[in-house]
Amino acid sequence: MVSSDYGALKVHEVRLRVGALAGVAKDALLFCYDIATADTTLAGSKLVVNEVPVILYCSVCREEKELTDLQRFRCPVCDTPSGDIRQGRDLEIESILIDEYAST
Amino acid sequence: MNTRVLEIRKGVLNKNDELAATLRERFTAAGVIAFNLVSSPGTGKTAFLEKTLRAMREAGLRVAALVGDLETDNDARRLASSGAPVRQINTHRCCHLEAAMIAEHLEGWDLNELDYLFIENVGNLVCPSSYDLGEKLRIAMLSVTEGEDKPLKYPGMFNSADIAVITKMDLAEACDFDRAAAHANIEAVRPGMRIFEVSAKRGMGMAQWIDWLVQLRASADNQRSHLR
Ligand SMILES: Nc1nc2c(ncn2[C@@H]2O[C@H](COP(=O)(O)OP(=O)(O)O)[C@@H](O)[C@H]2O)c(=O)[nH]1
Ligand SMILES: [Mg+2]
Ligand SMILES: [Zn+2]
Repeated sequence: MVSSDYGALKVHEVRLRVGALAGVAKDALLFCYDIATADTTLAGSKLVVNEVPVILYCSVCREEKELTDLQRFRCPVCDTPSGDIRQGRDLEIESILIDEYAST
Repeated sequence: MNTRVLEIRKGVLNKNDELAATLRERFTAAGVIAFNLVSSPGTGKTAFLEKTLRAMREAGLRVAALVGDLETDNDARRLASSGAPVRQINTHRCCHLEAAMIAEHLEGWDLNELDYLFIENVGNLVCPSSYDLGEKLRIAMLSVTEGEDKPLKYPGMFNSADIAVITKMDLAEACDFDRAAAHANIEAVRPGMRIFEVSAKRGMGMAQWIDWLVQLRASADNQRSHLR
C-alpha cells in the first residue's frame, strides 16, 4: 500500500484486521511496526490490530457460529463438525487515518 | 487540510493471492494437478516425495517437483535421483514459499507435458498457511515422532490443508505412537480430512497413496473431457 496513492499527506493510523487463523502474532506485529515503517510514509503512525474470531457455518443450526476453541472445529451449540469457515483467515488493511489536502 | 478515515479493505497478501490465482488457472488449463506439501522441518517431506516421484515415474506418469529450502540444493538433488524434473528454490531469509517464487521457477517448463507437480514448502507450520501457491491440494504432514497433538498446536495450518499424511510409520511402535489420538486431533481441527499413513523408508502405505493419486488424475481427466 502506498499511502501517496490515496493522496495522503500524513498517515496517523493504520487499522489491520487479523483473523484467529491468519498465522499472525499481534504482539510481534506491534513490536516490529515502528522499525519496519521508519523512513517510510508510515513513519510515526500507529498500528491498530483488530483481532477477529473464527466463524463457521453450522449445517444443522443453519447459522454462522463463532468458534471459541481453535482445537475443536465444531458448532458451539450442537457440536456438529464443520469445515465451512466463513471468517478467520483475514489479514486485511481496514482503513487508514490520514491528513489530506482540503478539497475545495 | 482535512483529517479523515479512508476505507481500504485490501488484503495484505493481495498480490500473492492474485498471482496464485493466475498459477491455478495455468495448472488447470494445462491439466496439471499441483500439490503443496507443508510440515515441520524433518517430518520426511523429501523422503516421501522421492519415493512418490520414483513410483509414479515407474507407472509412466509425468511428474515434476519444486522444493523450497532456506539454503542448499541437497533436497533437489535427492529428488532428482528419481529421474523427474526438479528445481530447488532457495528462499534465503524467507521462511515460506510465495506464488512469485513458483512462477519464476516454472519458467521454461512446458506444463502441458506434466500430469502432477509437487511443491515441497519450507519446513514451517505457521507462515506457509497464509501463502497460496496456486495448488489444487495442500498436504499437511506430521511424523509419528512429533507427537500426536501437532494438529492442535498448529490448527491454522492443519485447517487450511486438504489431505493429512502421517509419516515414519515404521517408527510408530518405538515411539508409542497413539494412532487413534492423532486421527482424532486431525479430525478435530479439520473435520472430514482424508488421512494417509506411510513409511517412506519401509514402503508401507505408499501403494495406497500412489493409487489414490492415480485415481485423482482419472477423475480430473473425466471432468475435463465432460467440459469439452
Ligand atoms: N525411520 C524413518 N525415517 C524417515 C522416514 N522418512 C524420512 N525419514 C528421516 O527423517 C529425516 C528427515 O527427512 P526429510 O525427508 O529430509 O524431511 P523434510 O525436512 O521434511 O524434507 C531424515 O533423516 C530421513 O532419513 C521414514 O519413513 N522412516
Ligand atoms: Mg526437505
Ligand atoms: Zn449447530
